[in-house]
Amino acid sequence: MLAMILKRLLVAIPSLIGVVIITFLLTRALPGDPAAYFAGPAATQEAIAQVRAKLGLDQPLPTQFMRYAADLARGDLGTSLTTGQPVATEIRNRLPASAELTLLGLIISVLIAVPLGILAATRPGSLVDHACRVLTTAGVSLPVFFTGLILVYVFYYLLGFAPAPLGRLDVFFSAPEAITGFYLLDSLIARDLETFRAALAQLLLPALTLAIFSLAPIARMTRASMLAVLASDFVRTARANGLTPFTVVVTYAFRNAMLPVVTTLGMVFSFLLGANVLVEKVFAWPGIGSYAVEALIASDFAPVQGFVLTMAALYVALNLVIDILYGLIDPRVRIEA
Amino acid sequence: MKRRDFLKSMTAVAAGSALPAAPAVFSPARAQSRQETLLIVSESGPNNIDIHGVGTNVPGYEVSWNCYDRLISHGMKTVGGVPYYDRDKFKMELADDMSVGDMSATFKLKKKATFQDGTPVTAKDVKWSLDRAVTVGGFPTFQMKAGSLEKPEQFVVVDDNTVRVDFLRKDRLTIPDLAVIVPAIYNSGLVKKNATEKDPWGMEYTKQNTAGSGAYRVVKWTAGTEVVMERNDNWIGGPLPKIKRVIWRMVPSAGNRRALLERGDADISYELPNKDFVELKDAGKLNITSVPFSNGCQYLGMNVTKPPFDNIKVRQAVAYAIPYQKIVDAVLFGLGKPLYGATSEPPLAWPVAHKFTTDIAKARALMAEAGHPEGFDTTLSFDLGFATVNEPLCVLVQESLAQIGIKCTINKIPGATWRTELNKKTLPLYTNVFSGWLDYPEYFFFWCYHGANSIFNTMSYQSKEMDAFIDGARAAAASGDTATYDKDVKGFLDTAFTDIPRIPLFQPYSNVAMQKNVSGYQYWFHRRLDYRSMVKA
Repeated sequence: MLAMILKRLLVAIPSLIGVVIITFLLTRALPGDPAAYFAGPAATQEAIAQVRAKLGLDQPLPTQFMRYAADLARGDLGTSLTTGQPVATEIRNRLPASAELTLLGLIISVLIAVPLGILAATRPGSLVDHACRVLTTAGVSLPVFFTGLILVYVFYYLLGFAPAPLGRLDVFFSAPEAITGFYLLDSLIARDLETFRAALAQLLLPALTLAIFSLAPIARMTRASMLAVLASDFVRTARANGLTPFTVVVTYAFRNAMLPVVTTLGMVFSFLLGANVLVEKVFAWPGIGSYAVEALIASDFAPVQGFVLTMAALYVALNLVIDILYGLIDPRVRIEA
Repeated sequence: MKRRDFLKSMTAVAAGSALPAAPAVFSPARAQSRQETLLIVSESGPNNIDIHGVGTNVPGYEVSWNCYDRLISHGMKTVGGVPYYDRDKFKMELADDMSVGDMSATFKLKKKATFQDGTPVTAKDVKWSLDRAVTVGGFPTFQMKAGSLEKPEQFVVVDDNTVRVDFLRKDRLTIPDLAVIVPAIYNSGLVKKNATEKDPWGMEYTKQNTAGSGAYRVVKWTAGTEVVMERNDNWIGGPLPKIKRVIWRMVPSAGNRRALLERGDADISYELPNKDFVELKDAGKLNITSVPFSNGCQYLGMNVTKPPFDNIKVRQAVAYAIPYQKIVDAVLFGLGKPLYGATSEPPLAWPVAHKFTTDIAKARALMAEAGHPEGFDTTLSFDLGFATVNEPLCVLVQESLAQIGIKCTINKIPGATWRTELNKKTLPLYTNVFSGWLDYPEYFFFWCYHGANSIFNTMSYQSKEMDAFIDGARAAAASGDTATYDKDVKGFLDTAFTDIPRIPLFQPYSNVAMQKNVSGYQYWFHRRLDYRSMVKA
């Protein structure tokens, strides 16, 4: 298995190099001029030229690329102009924020969507099935910023249950010592229950927003895959042998229906991680999506390049994990590199 | 790992996370610190906390203003019930005494002044800091130049406690320019210690750290998320501020900033859409202050080098076809000062109202005289970064110009590319805002109308008479010749309103919303907050 993982990682290297080159060229093709942007509103042409020289943007493209590649080899992703911080540090700080939010959102989503999908599949055409259809359609057709704002309006503004949408922690709490970067885990490790509660309270609404959005693909995929499995011979045999409906559905049918669900989960996770910009904006969440978008708006090259590269690396890792999971769920699946 | 074990452990994980989530519990222990803390929410935060930095953004100015001292600052007057900086009244900050001679000004430093690390503030620090401002290039050097502060030789250490600033030429703006944000005084010893050969002015260090003698210092800064500042209890620049701690959080969604204010969680916010400010004002739960921008206005600019806007009749026709009042009512919700329809001679100030009104018949007649009775096609460009005002404004202008046959295609330009596009000076018709830190009419006109063609003369306007009036006013201001000054200011105002290369639309308001228990807001030329005067009851 180790050899297989190594082989897979080696195969990923050319695609990562491709990503590096393409993002470099794409960012340079953006219409904005970072020198003019950062020289400020009061800049003269000379001031802009000075800024451009300071940023090394007056060099020809190949020189710029060689410099970028050399920095990259040393693990230096460059410095963001909009935030003034090294990109690597920023990504290290922001990725856990996004990952924690996305994971929690996904867990909530799975907890609702999978049972719902199974129920809908066992009773097609019933009330549960229709409810499932309505819920998933509504969830996927409401834009996330809208769901987010509605949740903030109801639970924070009107009812006052939720804390202020001010990011990962209330202003008067200090962050737990960073070990994993996940506030929930870090505060538990530090045995600081008060911070844990505060962090969880901040997380609930944005996680719920993401969950509502990602219900649809998971529930629909569970339902479809369960329907196919439930109609197969071995389920009929199990039923004929007098096994309880629970054993038939959960132990036999669901386990066999899990493969496509896991694939969907992987896709939904990687999609959400990069695409939850709007949720991050609504909840002032210091995540990686809003970081990349802000950088893009300001034609700030380094963070955009760093973001795309990180996401590409994450996709490679995620696909690997999913493939390993396949093997564990269904021993018949053998991974070919 | 076996498949069966794996599935079992999956179930266990799922069961564990299914436990009901504990409700949010608010800790009363933290209420105490809430009383002494000012919580600010705004859309964006600093990218550099040193105003001398490369590309420091406007939120960065706010940190610099509160964490550094200058030799001098401004006193206050009252405009519309709000404390408003007085451009003519100077107050001592780090200096104890200022004596202005014919060709130099001498500053004596406050004896007890120390930097935040305890080292005393000396004349050497002052010279080093001013040298830095005129040397590092970019915006700080440009701003110093606006007051004829250009060379390090101008700053002379007389003794440990005394600095002299020599004038290059007589310029009324030299002293005011020493009271803007840029000439901040840095702890030269501390910064030099952190400087490198490649970075002799220690810009990398001050980008992340405050090294001043100011009333606050940055204790924590997470870019894009928050800035935490604490009071410097040894500050001698003025009375000790009441606010001990300032937490400034970035909340990108305007709707949430409003919700935070209304729920009482945030103390103060600005950068809200005008509509929200009007509604908050009407609701009466918060204190809202709206004061006009000093030395600024939003305008409609026309490229005078190319047809059709090289024709003065066309420009006048456009000026008669702008729905001025509608813009103030429907776009600004009343939070703007109209700048049209003057019936008497304009006062000698800036911005002032011009004589044009919305008169479609007159506009049509002018179009016919100009040889465009059928009208023409053009594009109307605006900066998407300020879309809440610009977009409805451009739609109204488009609608109105259609009545005189000018068919505009609206061209939305993203914030990042706006400046690049504007600097090319090829946009035929566009709207923009300009506001200068130094509130003098001749300053505004020099940048925006003079034939020297600075980047703010976005219309590429050239006029010999105009240049003569502007140069005359600048010289007269420096020598104190009031009669010539008044004549020349009237001259350039009249020329600007006859030739009308840019049409002033309105003077925007600077809007701030705060809780009822927060007071002490002051309007400054830079339009950012000054925490030093704020009080939380």
